[in-house]
Amino acid sequence: MAAKTLIIDGKAVSAEEGATVLQVARDNNVAIPTLCHLEGVYDVGACRLCLVEVAGSTKLQPACTTKISEGMNIQTDSDRLRKYRRLTLELLFAERNHVCAVCVSNGHCELQTLACSLGLDHVRYDYVFPKWKVDVTHRLFGMDHNRCILCTRCVRVCWHIEGAGTKNVAGRGATAKIISDLDQPWGDSESCTECGKCVMACPTGALFHKGATAGEMEHDRDKLEFIVNAREKQQWLP
Amino acid sequence: MLPLLTREKNADRVVRHASGDKRFKILEVHMKKHQFRQDALIEVLHKAQELFGFLEDDLLLFIAAKLKLPPSRVFGVATFYHFFTLKPQGEHTCVVCLGTACYVKGADKIMAAIQEKYRIKAGETTPDNQLSLLTARCIGACGIAPAVTFDGHVAPKLTPETALEKLKTLI
Amino acid sequence: MQLDDLKVLVAKHIGARKKIVLRTCMSAGCMSSQADVIKKNLEAEVKAQGLEADVEVRRVGCMGFCGQGPLIGVDGLSAKEKLFEFVKPTDAPAIVGSLKGAACDVQVGNPDHPFFARQMRIVRANGGIVDPERIEDYLAVGGYQALHQVLTEMKPSEVVDEITRSGLRGRGGAGFPTGLKWGTVAKSAGAKKYVVCNGDEGDPGAFMDRSVLESDPHIVLEGMAIAAYAVGADQGFLYVRAEYPLAISRLQTAIKQAKALGLLGGGIFESPFNFNIDIRIGAGAFVCGEETALMASVEGKRGTPRPRPPFPAESGLWGCPTLINNVETFANITAIIQRGGAWYAGIGTEKSKGTKVFALTGKIKNNGLIEVPMGIPLRQIVEEMGGGAPDGGHIKSVQTGGPSGGCIPAAYLDTPVDYESLTQLGSIMGSGGMVVMDDTTNMVEIAKFYMEFCMEESCGKCIPCRAGTAQMFHLLEKITQRRGTARDLAKLEELCDMVRHTSLCGLGQTAPNPVASTLKFFRSEYEALLQPDPFGPRTTAATQSTAPVTL
Repeated sequence: MAAKTLIIDGKAVSAEEGATVLQVARDNNVAIPTLCHLEGVYDVGACRLCLVEVAGSTKLQPACTTKISEGMNIQTDSDRLRKYRRLTLELLFAERNHVCAVCVSNGHCELQTLACSLGLDHVRYDYVFPKWKVDVTHRLFGMDHNRCILCTRCVRVCWHIEGAGTKNVAGRGATAKIISDLDQPWGDSESCTECGKCVMACPTGALFHKGATAGEMEHDRDKLEFIVNAREKQQWLP
Repeated sequence: MLPLLTREKNADRVVRHASGDKRFKILEVHMKKHQFRQDALIEVLHKAQELFGFLEDDLLLFIAAKLKLPPSRVFGVATFYHFFTLKPQGEHTCVVCLGTACYVKGADKIMAAIQEKYRIKAGETTPDNQLSLLTARCIGACGIAPAVTFDGHVAPKLTPETALEKLKTLI
Repeated sequence: MQLDDLKVLVAKHIGARKKIVLRTCMSAGCMSSQADVIKKNLEAEVKAQGLEADVEVRRVGCMGFCGQGPLIGVDGLSAKEKLFEFVKPTDAPAIVGSLKGAACDVQVGNPDHPFFARQMRIVRANGGIVDPERIEDYLAVGGYQALHQVLTEMKPSEVVDEITRSGLRGRGGAGFPTGLKWGTVAKSAGAKKYVVCNGDEGDPGAFMDRSVLESDPHIVLEGMAIAAYAVGADQGFLYVRAEYPLAISRLQTAIKQAKALGLLGGGIFESPFNFNIDIRIGAGAFVCGEETALMASVEGKRGTPRPRPPFPAESGLWGCPTLINNVETFANITAIIQRGGAWYAGIGTEKSKGTKVFALTGKIKNNGLIEVPMGIPLRQIVEEMGGGAPDGGHIKSVQTGGPSGGCIPAAYLDTPVDYESLTQLGSIMGSGGMVVMDDTTNMVEIAKFYMEFCMEESCGKCIPCRAGTAQMFHLLEKITQRRGTARDLAKLEELCDMVRHTSLCGLGQTAPNPVASTLKFFRSEYEALLQPDPFGPRTTAATQSTAPVTL
C-alpha cells in the first residue's frame, strides 16, 4: 500500500492509503470526539461529532468514514466545530431523559465525558421528556430507552461481531427505537445468545448488567477489542 | 434433553399454523416469484399487507422465516415505511392529503372537520371499526387540491362540508 | 426485432386510425373526476350517433391543465372546439354531437391560452397525445428510434459525450451535470453495473414525475436503456412511490409490451446489448428520494442514507457502480440523442440548459403542469401562464423546491428560473414543485408546516436532523402560539445553521431552508409574534465559554 502525506491541525503526517481521517488522527495523538464510532465494527457516520474541516471543501466531513488522500489539509478543532459539537450534545440531552446523578453509568458514560470536555454545563433547549420504558425482562441485562442515543453500536455488534441480528432499529425519526426481534420483551427473544456484546458496546447507561446500581456500570470495551483482534488479525492479545 | 431445546421455536409454530390459511400460500408463491431473495422484502411486505390488511407479528415471523432474515430486520423495515401498518384497519379508509398545495387550500380544515365529527385523530380507527383516518404526504393530485382519497378513490376540490358528505354516503 | 419490422407495425397501427380522435385525459387528476366513466360514455355515444367509422376515443395521459379537468382534446377536425374543460360524464352526447356541428354547452378551453402557448415541450412532448398503455402509439411518434440509433451507430463513449454536450443537469433537484455522472459510472470498473430511475417524487406539491410516468412511460424506459448502454449496465430498477398506483400499473404494462417486442430484455434490436428493468415500489418514506437511501430501499432495507463518498457511481447497489437519475432526466435523453446535444444546449441559459417541468399549484388561477425553457422569469410563469392569484388576491410568495426549498417573495418575481438564481435567493430548483401563496398565507405557519414534514420524515439516523428538526419544530410552535421570545428566535437561527452544516444527507442539510428563507424575507411576521423576554434583554444564546475543559 502506498503512503500518503497530509496535514492534520497544521502538522504534516503520513499514513497508509485507505486509512480514515479518524485513524490517522488517533495514530498521531490528535483527539477527535466520537460517539457512534466503535473500534471493530463498521462506521455509519451518524453522530456527526467527528466532523472536521477539509481545506477546499465547503462541506464538513465525518472523520470516521472519510478516507485520507494525498495533500489533504484537515482541521479537527475550531470555534465553529466546537460550537456544532456542543449543540449536537445539547440536542442529545434534550431529546431523551438523561439524568446523570441516578444513572448506572454515572462517571463511566461517554456522553457525559464528552459534555464535560466540551464545557457543556447546561442545556439551553427545552427538554422533550418523552415517555420511554425500561426493559428488564432479560435474565442478565436491562435496556433503558430513556438513556439511549440511537448510536446503533449495539445493533452493529450484534450483527457484525456476534452475527445474531437480535437488535435492530424500528420506527424512524425521534420515535426510532432499538428493538429485540419483533419488538418483544428482550427476555422473550429467541435469537439473543446472551453474549453481552451490546452491553459492552453501549456508550451510555442504556444497556446495563442487571444488578448494577448508580455509577456501577462499566462497559467492558477491551473485551470487544480482544474479540475483534482475534477474529480479524489472528492476534490473541490479553 | 433440556427443556429449552424441546420448546417449539416461534418461527416453526408460525409456519405450522400458516399451513391452514390460503393467504399464506399465495404469499409464499409471491416470495417464490422473487426466488425468496432477501432484497425483495419490501415487495413481499406490500403483498402481505394487500392479502391480510395489516402486518401482525405472526405474519412478519412467517416472512422472516421464509426469507431467512432475522425478525428484527423484518420488523425494522416494516416500521420504517409509513405505508405499512401493524394495526388492523377499519372497514373504510379516508386518506387526507396534507401536501403543500392541499394545505394552502385548506386541507387542514377538512382534517379538523373529520376529526371532530368522528372523534378520531390521524392514524386512528373509530371504535365501531368503520373508519380509519389517515394522512398522506402528497398524493400528487395537486392540480385538483385539496384532495382526499376515500377507499382508494381520489375525490377532487373538496371542502369540509363536501368531505363529510362523502364520508356519510360511504359509511 | 429489427427496425423495419417495427416500421411495418407502426404503419399498420397508423393505418387503422380514424379521422377524428377524442383524446380523453386519463391521468390521476382527471381520473378522480370520473374520466374513466366519461371515456366509456363517449364510446357508447359515438356508437349511438353512428360515428364509429370516423371517430375514435383514445385514452391519453396528462395534458397539463389539471385544474380545469377533466379535459378532452379533439383532433382531426377544423372545428373551433379543440379542447373541452370540466367535462362531466353526462356531457358525452353534447360533445359527440358537436363533432357533427351541433351546438354544445360544455365549457370550451382555449388551446392558445398562454398556459399552453408559452410552453416548450420536450419531456412532456407526448403527454396528452399518446395512449400510455399502447406501445404502438409511442412507436408512431418515433419511439425507440433513439435507442436503435444508439445501438447501431454510436459507441457508448459517444453517447456520454452527446449528453455532456447537451449540458443537461439532474432534474431531481441538485442539478449535477448528467454527462459527468454517466462518464463516471462508465469509467468505474466492475463487471456488474446498475441503472436506477428515481421516481420517488416525495416533495409535497410536486407531480411532474407522476404525470410523465402515467402519460408516457416508454420515454423513461427508453432513456434508461440508452443510459444502460452508455455506462455498460444490464439491469435497471425503476423506483416508484406506492402513492402512485396508476403510474405503477402503466409502467408494468409498458415493460411487458417493450419486452414482447424485444425492446427490453436480451439482444435488443438483435445487438449484443441486454437490458432488463424491474419496478421497485416505495412504501412511503420521503428520505428515499435521497440516492443512498433509495439504494438501501431497493436492497430491501430500511431507507437510511449513508455518508458519501463513496458515491453510487463508484459503489452503489450491492457495491456495484450505479447510475441514479431522476424520471425527468431520463425523459430528456431520447430528444437529446435524436436532435443532438448542441440543439439542447441552445435552449435555456448559460449554466442551465433545456427545459424544466413545473407543477404550478396553490393560490393560483391556472393549476397544472407546465414545461418551460430554463431562464424564463418567474413572473411570466405565475402571472401570464398561471393567471395570478384567484379571487382578486395578491401573490405574496412562490415556494419552490418543497421542504428543501424556500419561499421567493413577490418582489423577486423577475428572477429568471435557473439553478443558480434560485439558489442565490435561498431556495432551490428542486424537482419542480411551485406552490403559489397569496396574502392570506401566514409565512411562519408555512415554515412550521415544512419543519413538521422534515421532522416526521427524518430517518432518525443522524442527530442534527433527528433531534434538530424536532427542536426547530418545537420552537416554531412556540412562536406561532405566541409563547416565543427573541431568545427563541435566536435559538432557531442557531439551529438553522447547525442542522444545515452537520446533517448527514440532503434531507437534513436542506431542512432549515424554508425557515431560513422566510426569516430572510418575512422576518417581520416572526417578530410580530414574539413576546417580551421575562429574563431581560439578553438576546444571544451564545454565552457559554468556548474553551475546551479537560477532565
